[in-house]
Amino acid sequence: MGALSIRKVRKSYAGTEILKGIDLEVEQGEFLILVGPSGCGKSTLLSMIAGLDDITSGEVHIAGRRVNDLPPKDRDIAMVFQSYALYPSMTVRENISFGLEIRKIPHAEREAAVDRVAKILQIEHLLDRRPSQLSGGQRQRVAMGRAIARNPALFLFDEPLSNLDAKLRVEMRTEIKLLHQRLGTTIVYVTHDQIEAMTLGDKIAVMKAGEVQQFGTPNEIYRNPANLFVAGFMGSPAMNFIPTRVVEAGSGLGLAMESGGEHFVFPAINGEALRSKLGSEIILGIRPEQITEVVDSHGDVPHAVTRSIKVDLSEPTGPDTLLLVRLNNTKVTCRVCPDFAARPGEQMKLLFDLSKAVYFDPATEQRIR
Amino acid sequence: MAEHSVKPKMGFGRIALYAFITYCCLYYLLPLTVMLFNSIKDLNELKSGNLLAFPHTVTFEPWVKAWNSACTGVTCDGLKGYFWNSVSFVVPAVLISALIGAFNGYVLTMWRFRGSDALFMALMLGCFIPFQAILLPMAQTLGVLGIANSVAGLIFVHVVYGIAFTTLFFRNYYVTIPDELVKAARIDGAGFFTIFRRIVLPLSGPIIVVTVIWQFTQIWNDFLFGVVFSSGERQPITVALNNLVNTSTGVKEYNVDMAAAVIAALPTLFVYVVAGKYFVRGLTAGAVKG
Repeated sequence: MGALSIRKVRKSYAGTEILKGIDLEVEQGEFLILVGPSGCGKSTLLSMIAGLDDITSGEVHIAGRRVNDLPPKDRDIAMVFQSYALYPSMTVRENISFGLEIRKIPHAEREAAVDRVAKILQIEHLLDRRPSQLSGGQRQRVAMGRAIARNPALFLFDEPLSNLDAKLRVEMRTEIKLLHQRLGTTIVYVTHDQIEAMTLGDKIAVMKAGEVQQFGTPNEIYRNPANLFVAGFMGSPAMNFIPTRVVEAGSGLGLAMESGGEHFVFPAINGEALRSKLGSEIILGIRPEQITEVVDSHGDVPHAVTRSIKVDLSEPTGPDTLLLVRLNNTKVTCRVCPDFAARPGEQMKLLFDLSKAVYFDPATEQRIR
Repeated sequence: MAEHSVKPKMGFGRIALYAFITYCCLYYLLPLTVMLFNSIKDLNELKSGNLLAFPHTVTFEPWVKAWNSACTGVTCDGLKGYFWNSVSFVVPAVLISALIGAFNGYVLTMWRFRGSDALFMALMLGCFIPFQAILLPMAQTLGVLGIANSVAGLIFVHVVYGIAFTTLFFRNYYVTIPDELVKAARIDGAGFFTIFRRIVLPLSGPIIVVTVIWQFTQIWNDFLFGVVFSSGERQPITVALNNLVNTSTGVKEYNVDMAAAVIAALPTLFVYVVAGKYFVRGLTAGAVKG
């Protein structure tokens, strides 16, 4: 039985449809990420799972139980909020045990739960402080502690890291992942940060405008994006979208390219589906890390094409340098080793690994496959 | 880094500012000073001397008389009975109106319902209704309820009139409390009243102080409702003070009048002194931080 099952869930406010039929299945112990730009409905969906928002139609099942009509407290869930929502007038200890107290758990048991949670999160020394005396990271821990204390069937996280500074965010991300591995509880986690989504999730649901655009493992989402939106949203720097035209190239198909006035043709790898698009415009999707300097072993890379192109801009990031070039009058980002990066204005021989290239229909924005 | 002196220089502007502030203080304190001075002079000195003069012989006789035996109309028992009259309805009226205001504010911000904003606007209108406008309907209402000319009646009038203000105060304070706090409590299993009692009320300290000061001052100083909705021995101190000052038999004892006026003002003064710093804090506080 799945830990969480969302079936044809819709939500409308005063005639406006916020969620347009969401279907998601999460297995016991999985880490589900809801990711998307603001206004995509991901937080609303989380609120509906929590029971803080009504479900207009459809069903939500938690641990095999239909919870549509259950209040939040009876859904066996715990939630960590973006603002942490710690009770300001209570100490950390009281914050953590509040939910247990409301559920009339005996005092001794509550104390034991607080101690257990404090140990897991290493906040023993903070138990008698008030939230106002804690740093952001500490508040974050306490908020998680409050969720863990009740041992729920499902954890809900609503953008829990977005109030932290960049360094702390990375640390807490690791901690959340460790915590998940340790507790094994099912988690639904809302974020707008695609890196958080990739690093934390077992499954990712990419949402936009109230619809799930794609639901799959991080690898599937990254390698096989279903449409332009998903392809562009996941990954940083973003995937390059190069408008091109499908042409005949020898025995197979090719993609018409132009750079600096020179015209050439890339082979259309895995392009069987492009046959029907012969002569028409499509969009070639290729990730920056698939355009690199020419490596000695490039003979081993199937479908690799080399081409010398003028570099417009160079952005060193440390481990890689991002080069900006122009192909078909579109800015294209390449990710090269800093040692080989050419300077702006120079020509550089680049290796295009086309084996992972993807194709999109410019009209429907759907993947062509 | 350039040395930045935190302490402002004592330039001309600063001196002028302090002079102005000192002047304002003296100006505002003057009436109180005059009242205090003349309330401890004996009658002869008061009549022969300057109103602003420092007292030569200090006597508390006027205070004792104002409290115990000054005539307020037909009776001559001083203000003491009326003082406790006032206390007996002001305290419950303040507490009840503050509690209802807190509750209204809680519902109007955290449990919004269809039309809750309209209801709030309607309640706000209550702040603009003049006392005089509700005298007659209120008299009828009190009659129907059977609490006319009673302490309960006065409490009722002041609570009803105060709800608009207390609701406004609490509502505007509670909108600054994050919604997520209530959501977290709901998930923790707390119900409507538990959230109010355990989460929201403990955060309300500053606004409770503001409301109590406001309501206490308003109700304690009220004259109109007091004179209309009570009579004889049940009247509040403000009405009694008026009667005392206007009693026209015998010699006009200004020192007793002054003492009586100060007695009538003491409780509000007391509330301000005790809670004043919270008052300012409550008016300016940015409420709850994360």
